[in-house]
Amino acid sequence: MLYIKCPYCGLRAQKEFSYGGDATVKRPNINEEVSSEDWDNFVYMRKSPRGKHIELWQHIAGCRQWIKVQRDTATHEIFQTAKVTEEIR
Amino acid sequence: MSQPFRLNKEGLINRNKKISFTFNGKKLFGYEGDTIASALIANGIHLVGRSFKYHRPRGFFGAGVEEPNAKLQVEFNGHSEPNVNATEMELVEGLSATSQNCWPSVNFDVGAINNFLKMFFPAGFYYKTFMWPKSFWYKIYEPFIRKAAGLGVASIEKDKERYEHKFEYCDLLVTGSGPSGLASAYAAAKNGAKVILAEDKPRFGGTLLTDDVSIDNLSGKDWAEKIITELKSMPNVTVKNRSQVFGYYDHNMLVMFERVSDHLEKKSKFTPRQRLWYIRAKETILSTGSIERPIVFGNNDTPGIFLSAAAKEYMKVYGVLVGKKPVIFTNNDSAYETALEFKKNNVEPIILDTREEHSSELIDEAKSKGIDIRFSHGVIVANGYKKVKSAKIGKLNKDKNSFEKIETVDCDCICVSGFWTPSVHLASQSGNKLKYEEKIDAFIPDKKKQHETSVGAANGSFTLEESLKHGFENGSNLSAKITETKTEISIPNVNEKNYGAHDKFWCMPLPKNENPKRFVDFQNDVSVSDIEIAIREGYRSIEHVKRYTTLGMATDQGRTSNLNGLQLVSNIENKIVPEVGHTTFRPPFTPITIGTIVGREVGMEYMPTRKTPMHEWHEKNNAVFVDAGAWKRPRYYKEGNETLFEASKREAKNVRENVGICDVTTLGKIDIKGPDAAEFLNRVYTNAWMKLPIGKARYGLMLREDGIVMDDGTTTRISENHYHMTTTTAQAANVLSHLEYYLQIVWPELNVNVVSTTEQWAGAAIAGPKSRDMLSKLYPDLDVSNEALPFMGYKEAEFFGVPSRIFRISFSGELAYEINVKSDHGMFMWEKMMEVGKEFGNQPYGTEALSTLRIEMGHVAGPELDGRTIPSDVSLNGLVSKKKDFIGKNSLGREAFNVESRQKIVGLIPIDRKSSIPEGSHIVQDQNAKLPNPKLGHVSSSCWSVENNNPFSLAIMKDGKNMIGKKFFAVSPLKNKSIEVEVISSHYVDPEGKRVRS
Ligand SMILES: [Zn+2]
Repeated sequence: MLYIKCPYCGLRAQKEFSYGGDATVKRPNINEEVSSEDWDNFVYMRKSPRGKHIELWQHIAGCRQWIKVQRDTATHEIFQTAKVTEEIR
Repeated sequence: MSQPFRLNKEGLINRNKKISFTFNGKKLFGYEGDTIASALIANGIHLVGRSFKYHRPRGFFGAGVEEPNAKLQVEFNGHSEPNVNATEMELVEGLSATSQNCWPSVNFDVGAINNFLKMFFPAGFYYKTFMWPKSFWYKIYEPFIRKAAGLGVASIEKDKERYEHKFEYCDLLVTGSGPSGLASAYAAAKNGAKVILAEDKPRFGGTLLTDDVSIDNLSGKDWAEKIITELKSMPNVTVKNRSQVFGYYDHNMLVMFERVSDHLEKKSKFTPRQRLWYIRAKETILSTGSIERPIVFGNNDTPGIFLSAAAKEYMKVYGVLVGKKPVIFTNNDSAYETALEFKKNNVEPIILDTREEHSSELIDEAKSKGIDIRFSHGVIVANGYKKVKSAKIGKLNKDKNSFEKIETVDCDCICVSGFWTPSVHLASQSGNKLKYEEKIDAFIPDKKKQHETSVGAANGSFTLEESLKHGFENGSNLSAKITETKTEISIPNVNEKNYGAHDKFWCMPLPKNENPKRFVDFQNDVSVSDIEIAIREGYRSIEHVKRYTTLGMATDQGRTSNLNGLQLVSNIENKIVPEVGHTTFRPPFTPITIGTIVGREVGMEYMPTRKTPMHEWHEKNNAVFVDAGAWKRPRYYKEGNETLFEASKREAKNVRENVGICDVTTLGKIDIKGPDAAEFLNRVYTNAWMKLPIGKARYGLMLREDGIVMDDGTTTRISENHYHMTTTTAQAANVLSHLEYYLQIVWPELNVNVVSTTEQWAGAAIAGPKSRDMLSKLYPDLDVSNEALPFMGYKEAEFFGVPSRIFRISFSGELAYEINVKSDHGMFMWEKMMEVGKEFGNQPYGTEALSTLRIEMGHVAGPELDGRTIPSDVSLNGLVSKKKDFIGKNSLGREAFNVESRQKIVGLIPIDRKSSIPEGSHIVQDQNAKLPNPKLGHVSSSCWSVENNNPFSLAIMKDGKNMIGKKFFAVSPLKNKSIEVEVISSHYVDPEGKRVRS
């Protein structure tokens, strides 16, 4: 079970979080034209890297904040966590 | 009742307390502190089981977790458990143990014929034998494998025991209480660290209990006791025996299995049987020790053959002799201690040492005591079927591959030692890659991936002095980094015997023309020839050899076999062991019970039960409940002998004709506040939200970004910047996370806050043509006319003195209202409604009637919004704005969503107007068509229309809008039904929606 440092609450067990996918995907702006290709990339296309990955987790059984976690998908090492408004690296 | 093999004095057992037990029906006794194994050996019993494949007689081999053979079916404290390790299970009054894998008895086992049909069981026998003909599989091969495989029998009784989970955090977890573990824990404790010390055996001390050593002029045992006593008195230390740390997981989480009360005759009501500890440790000391490995020789699985350290442990801990005429077969000095212990107890051993004649402290001592030592000797084959009777021994030539002399010596046990294997399982589980240490012919931990440090024998240090030194140093340094305190501890003076070098000798050669079985893995019956066959057949990777031969795959995880297996492969392939590599170690280190894994999360405790404030009323009024997620909802209220069908028809009919009330507390409720709330709703929902007036509700539809419908519900504008959203019961949690995602990540600029208020409000729906009359009685001072409170209107008013919210919304399609009061007032509201509603014919209705009402109205719900439908599929495209952007809008333009023949919701009625259509039925053109019969759609929801008095269903059909009026078959192979149906509109009742507005 991972041990994730919520930027608001501190180190908490993985049980308290739910996974939210790639944190680097950016939703096209609302009310702006978007090409089908860009939209499809946003909705469907995800990389599945082996190694470092910045992802979203929500502290659902805690402060309910969505957070960013930089994790190694192979070793589960967590390098950094941050608020979603903060940049990682 | 004498015990022929019990010593008079030795041992740590409590001779004042006899414990009676049975073995294969025979009444026996042992003492408190015995294991099943020690008590049986004391009684002279060695034959305890039959082997897995060949059904060969098997006895005890070890004295602890390393035991590969003695797995028994054990009944104790009211339950029956298979595959119990007899060398670990403590004796408890009334315990009854039986042998496994034998029929009709362990003494006469029909399956032993397999032993003479060896060609039937070569390596890979599963793969080779059971291949063809295919038709044999179910009737012959599978039952055969099932009967032959596995050992004990799982109980079919419900497990009444209590199991617990515990979460713990510490600075330092020490796994094993041998010398290095005690030293580490002590040093860390003195630095003020929070320490957990875990020992899998009942007694602390590890090898200190059996080795002839002294520390600061105390015996090993006394020193261990002194340290443990001091540790127990320290508030920052938790000391746990009978606790096996069996798994090393990510981020330094270790899991420990504690046997809390299996050894107790009586326990209090809430004492758990076993406990699972999840321990998050900042640092871990792995002081798991080492396990002796055997030397391979002919018939080395005969009962009466022991690991030499086990034989010593039986004498020193249990006061039990494993035999009275022992042969000690060794390649190193440690077995001499066993010989000396025998000698001390007036038993004359013969030592066969594979090394050439030489001298060391222990050899000299044995010589001086007059022990018969034969150098360059080894056991070729053990004689005796159910018990060792003699040993054919050989004097090895210098090449160690041929014999100078062969003779037979009488013996009743053989104690074998092939040197020591560090227990690196936990280190390996932590991600440590391990390295091969030539000096000890075994793997030890290499670079660490997590916060683990192996000390003592687990790290390949086999002297006490070194183990203690490493223990104290690492315990002190690791904890000092955490506590920033360093207490100086002087390392005690140690007196121990010096061991000479061991012999790199692990398998006894065979004389020509002799071919007895030589086992490498006892538990899985893997012999030297099986491994040779696997390699001859082309298996090279050790992982493949392992799977093909099943070497090391039994529950003992190859503790006594892995290294010998590797040596064998490396010899045959002419590689060195590090090139062959080792197989992966996986948790659990020792078998643990399913009960412990499950813990308290079973039955009612599997998940929380959510009850509405009116639950007790429902219970008292014969509600039959249904699970809606964690919620309990009344499905129907049973009157007399009514069936579900009859009751739900009555309830639904009453709503259509009079008025009914329904507990709708479970609906998800989310409070939305902030100046940008309207803008936010406008982006979340597909329809327009910017102009909703205060005091009005609106039905909204929510999509995922891929255009699929996510949820629906009404949202009401309570005040300028305050909205009350409802979600379906099932989606409440998802919708909240969804909203939080957009507010926190995508549109943080929106000034909006959301919070779940599901549990704050109790809700009741009042539905039916008489609902307004009833409402006016509930709110005598309020104008509830259609003009004052129109469809989708909202009012706040006092409900008999308590604040309430009135929403004029409808799920049933009838004139209806939903009243919300604070949860604490829920029961009051409900009872008042029942009282006031009497004169209008009010009856409560459950979810079954609720479904009937919504289905015949064509109102979609979960079965239609199944994660595969877009708004137009369920005829909700009227709610999709063309003018504004919203979540998922861009996806609605996808080509597949806009083809002419796109699926659409329809209604179905059976041609005979009688047969109800099973939910999940497939719609096909021709019920007799050849399979695969093209599927045109599926039935999502079915009901008995109370309005039209015949069955009615909703279905999602390909090209649905062009199917109206056509006839098909609804086929349910599960229910074995095929019903001819006609396609009609999904709005079966009141298609114009006049009633809700009336
Ligand atoms: Zn948090």
